[in-house]
Amino acid sequence: MSTAHAYPHEDTGVETRKLGMWVFLSTEILFFGTLITTFMIFKGKDFPGIKLTDVYDIPFTSISSFVLLMSSLTMVLAHNALESDDQEKTRVWLLATAMLGAVFLAGQIYEFTEFYHKGFELDTNIFSSSFYVLTGFHGLHVFIGVVLLLSLWGIGQRQNGLTLESGMNLEFVALYWHFVDIVWIVLFTVVYLI
Amino acid sequence: MLMKIFFKFKNLKYLFLVFISACIENAPLDSLSPEGPYARSIDELFWLTFWIAVIIFVLVQGALLVSVLLFRDKPNKPEPKQVHGNTKLEIIWTVIPVLILAFIAVPTVRTIFDLAREPEDALKIEVIGHQWWFEYKYPDYGITTANVLVIPSDRPVRLEMWSNDVLHNYWVPKLNGKRYLVPGQKTYLNLHADNPDEFWAQCGEYCGLSHSKMRGRVISLSENDFNLWINNEQQNALKLEDGSLAAEGQSVFLNAGCTQCHVINGVWDTQGDRIAPNLTHFAARTVFAGAALENNKENLTNWLANPAKIKPGTFMPNLELTEAEINALIAYLGTLK
Amino acid sequence: MTKILEPKKQNSIFRRPSSETGIWSWITTVDHKKIGIMYGYAAFFFLLIGGLEALVLRIQLSQPDNNFLSAAEYNAMFTMHGTTMIFLAIMPISAAFFNYLLPLQIGARDVAFPRLNALSFWIFIFGGIFLYSTFIFGTAGAPEGGYLDEEVSWLGSAPNGGWFGYQPNAGLKYSPGTAMDFWALGLQILGIASLISAFNFITTIINMRTKGMRFMRMPVFTWMTFAVSFLLAFSLPIIAIALFYVTFDRNFGTSFFLVEGGGDPVLWQHLFWLFGHPEVYILILPAFGIVSEVLPTFSRKPLFGYAAIVFAGFGIAFIGFGVWAHHMFASSISTVAQAGFGLSTMVIAVPTGVKIFNWLGTIWGGKLKLNTPMLFSLGFIGMFVIGGLSGVTHSIVPADTQQTDTYYIVAHFHYVLFGGAMFGIFSGLYYWFPKVWGKMYNETLGKIHFWLMLIGFNLTFGPMHWLGLQGQVRRTWVYAKETNLQFWNVIVTIGAFIIALSIVVFMINWIFSKRNGEKAPFDPWDARTIEWSIPSPTPVWNFSTAPNVKSLDDFWHSKYDEDEEGRAVRKPTADQLLIDLEEDGLNPKEEIILPNPSYFPIVLASGLPLLGYAVIFKSIALAVVGVILILSGSFGWGTEPLEEGH
Repeated sequence: MSTAHAYPHEDTGVETRKLGMWVFLSTEILFFGTLITTFMIFKGKDFPGIKLTDVYDIPFTSISSFVLLMSSLTMVLAHNALESDDQEKTRVWLLATAMLGAVFLAGQIYEFTEFYHKGFELDTNIFSSSFYVLTGFHGLHVFIGVVLLLSLWGIGQRQNGLTLESGMNLEFVALYWHFVDIVWIVLFTVVYLI
Repeated sequence: MLMKIFFKFKNLKYLFLVFISACIENAPLDSLSPEGPYARSIDELFWLTFWIAVIIFVLVQGALLVSVLLFRDKPNKPEPKQVHGNTKLEIIWTVIPVLILAFIAVPTVRTIFDLAREPEDALKIEVIGHQWWFEYKYPDYGITTANVLVIPSDRPVRLEMWSNDVLHNYWVPKLNGKRYLVPGQKTYLNLHADNPDEFWAQCGEYCGLSHSKMRGRVISLSENDFNLWINNEQQNALKLEDGSLAAEGQSVFLNAGCTQCHVINGVWDTQGDRIAPNLTHFAARTVFAGAALENNKENLTNWLANPAKIKPGTFMPNLELTEAEINALIAYLGTLK
Repeated sequence: MTKILEPKKQNSIFRRPSSETGIWSWITTVDHKKIGIMYGYAAFFFLLIGGLEALVLRIQLSQPDNNFLSAAEYNAMFTMHGTTMIFLAIMPISAAFFNYLLPLQIGARDVAFPRLNALSFWIFIFGGIFLYSTFIFGTAGAPEGGYLDEEVSWLGSAPNGGWFGYQPNAGLKYSPGTAMDFWALGLQILGIASLISAFNFITTIINMRTKGMRFMRMPVFTWMTFAVSFLLAFSLPIIAIALFYVTFDRNFGTSFFLVEGGGDPVLWQHLFWLFGHPEVYILILPAFGIVSEVLPTFSRKPLFGYAAIVFAGFGIAFIGFGVWAHHMFASSISTVAQAGFGLSTMVIAVPTGVKIFNWLGTIWGGKLKLNTPMLFSLGFIGMFVIGGLSGVTHSIVPADTQQTDTYYIVAHFHYVLFGGAMFGIFSGLYYWFPKVWGKMYNETLGKIHFWLMLIGFNLTFGPMHWLGLQGQVRRTWVYAKETNLQFWNVIVTIGAFIIALSIVVFMINWIFSKRNGEKAPFDPWDARTIEWSIPSPTPVWNFSTAPNVKSLDDFWHSKYDEDEEGRAVRKPTADQLLIDLEEDGLNPKEEIILPNPSYFPIVLASGLPLLGYAVIFKSIALAVVGVILILSGSFGWGTEPLEEGH
């Protein structure tokens, strides 16, 4: 007697969960797209008051951006390690990725605190509000990413270790993580450089 | 050519109107009885579209009914031919609507730009939206008034509009379409009435509790009457000194709290804008309270006794006036011609 | 032998749920059919509530200067009527159809992510409860500095800024209290539910089609599901961000839409309609799909211009993102923008027209069986055409400046969303009734329902065109006697009660037929698509073996040939085929493993309304509980396998 699963077919040849992730990320583009567009509209307003340019510290943010970029590299290394079935290396690189993400978040928290001290608060004006909501929304994504990475790391500690097929697989998280990094590159450009 | 066909339809239009208006006459907010050039150009465009729509309506519903009657299942009816489509037909019924729409698009775009253009000899009037009344300012004459917009009938007026609080939408159906009043931005609307007459206005955009009672009147006057009106409006109110009932009313006005929000030029002037209507020529207006009420003694009594009952959410407090105070106030307001 | 694998005991947080009947089987189900049925009932429940709200509104408007409702109550009622009908009735009823039918139409065993499917259902339920809890917890009042003659009653303590929530009126200063927060956060929660189901359906359609089910062989209903899912996926993020801003403005002192802090109220309109217009197509395209299934079946002819209908559907979906500002013609947009959006709005009439003509082409020359589903589909065409034509008059920008914000618009969109979407939905409810319950509905009652509804509908919404042109503005609590609008308002109110009566007939039919209806024959409509090639009610495993599809309308072609003239001829083998199909469908030859029920979707979903309450009541404790529920739900979910036991 043969068995038939609920998921025999993958018409496109792309694993279903991965396909679902791609669809999810495409709507994420719309989320960030709307935030960035409105941010640009608000940024262009002729309205008196303190602006981001009065408080920011580009060298500092560049360094934390670099840290986040590096985490994409360690993510790739973790993926490679898993493909060659090196459990230990996978765990190490996963942890490294999560730590780099955490460093980025710490940098963001520090930056926000600094801005608050300089009077650039959430409800100060339209420039500050749109800045905090936009970068905060991204920060939330990084935070969720760190949680996902740590969960993967935790699952990797268990007996069976990680497999590419396991429930919350690494490729899945990697896609998300790279997306969040790419979005930051765009944000950094739009918010700080333009 | 186009216009000729259109005017033929116009006669039909009246038949249709007679039919449908059997039960309604005299709707003061009727958008289908234009009484000025702007509203008329919109009206013409509407009827042009309307009759094209009627033709399409008849054709499509006809085809639907005929299909049902002709092709409904009967005993011994053979199985139908399995037609999957017909490219030629598909192209036809894609192209024909495109042509019809292109035909309508030309006058539409022209009218859009015509309506937006500022007329050369226009009188400029500022319209400011408040919850829930319209304020009017005549910058050329230094006049501030409310609820009733007075315009000359011999030339167009250009309204420059904005809102003091939420979105409003200024609409005088017989004179033009609607335009929003937006806080922090200016919008424009042209009005022009054919003849001296009175028109109704209404706020179109939902603006909170008393949105439905945010109404207005537009009165168009001949050149002469308009100038008289201007002259009168430019006068200050006189300070009453004698011991009449009206003078008592004046002291109620000055002491009961009305002056927190209202201005009467010559009696209580203040710098800057107040949040309530300027009352200098209150008695000259046919309506009050956002044009929700006719200006008469009974309505004034009810209003002054409890404004929020008539306009929920209103910013005018219940001042707990006694009957005597109310009577005095009404007598005083009656002098503000 | 049939074997649905028993869930194995395993060391998870809870024991895995295993009931196959009773309430727990519904709460923990991940079966797309059960979820679809629950979506249907929940949505119908909200439809009834939304309908009651409409009746209350109509009583108020049946007389000039009426005092049946206070202004606060009236404003709350029309806001909740719109919000309920759109987000809690029509959208979830469509979701019910998607859930139940999509896997059946593409020959799949379930959707791509069954637990995610359960999650979106429960988020929808919690979102609906959250929104409606405003009647208990919500507060509303006069704008800052304004006065009210009486306390706002419980009926008025609901969101009151309109379903469109125009700023700044819906902001804290002009709509104080928490009611509008319930609205903003409630829509946010409901949006999450729709987004998740959109991911699910897109993935399902791309990846779960059975052998031979190429894209151009998919039933049109599946195509429209696909289009709607894309619309949801690309429009909901926009409103989510906009609602986010509103929540910040109302709760954390920002001023995204407030002029005082440099914000822009018109930006809200742009964002809202960038979502809101695609939303219109989200509501109507499922009905397009249903009608495109019903008309061919009851005409005994294939759909005329299948490809054209499919592409027109996607054309509408695509252009639907480029017409949003036609909701703002009277707003502060530039003259050039008015002209541009007027033209783009005209353009969208073209694919819509193509669809109508193709439907007419489908019934033309057919052999029409006028059963209830067919009547509703024909009614759909008739009513939708009226809505479409009045829609064209809105693209004439100058004419629209007269019509906008009046009852003319109310008439227009009810012809589209009631005469269109709801007629299509009723058509589908009758059409697939035998599929879902294995019983036949009562045809006589069905027809009474149709005619009552058609008459009531036209009495209600027909005169509204006229009322609007005569100057009755929308969202008007009262109208002055002098405006002479009373006569038609009375007619409209009578019509509304006739609609209510027709709904009662429908409910009687449904309840009675479901319990005592005749047993449905296999393939009762001599249908065309493969969901009818399996027994009714659908077995839990859907298809006992994955079907192999060879053409569009595969099931029909397995029953019918065409003679030289092109007429359908029943194959001599057809009768035997149906008997075999029923036999096979009930007795799978292989062991079928279905996804197991799970507690975690509902656990995870229950966290979201708590986060909403946390914002409204400014309570960290509630937020913590909410996050804990979400995290523990996710954790349990992540660690339990979809299907147990190998």
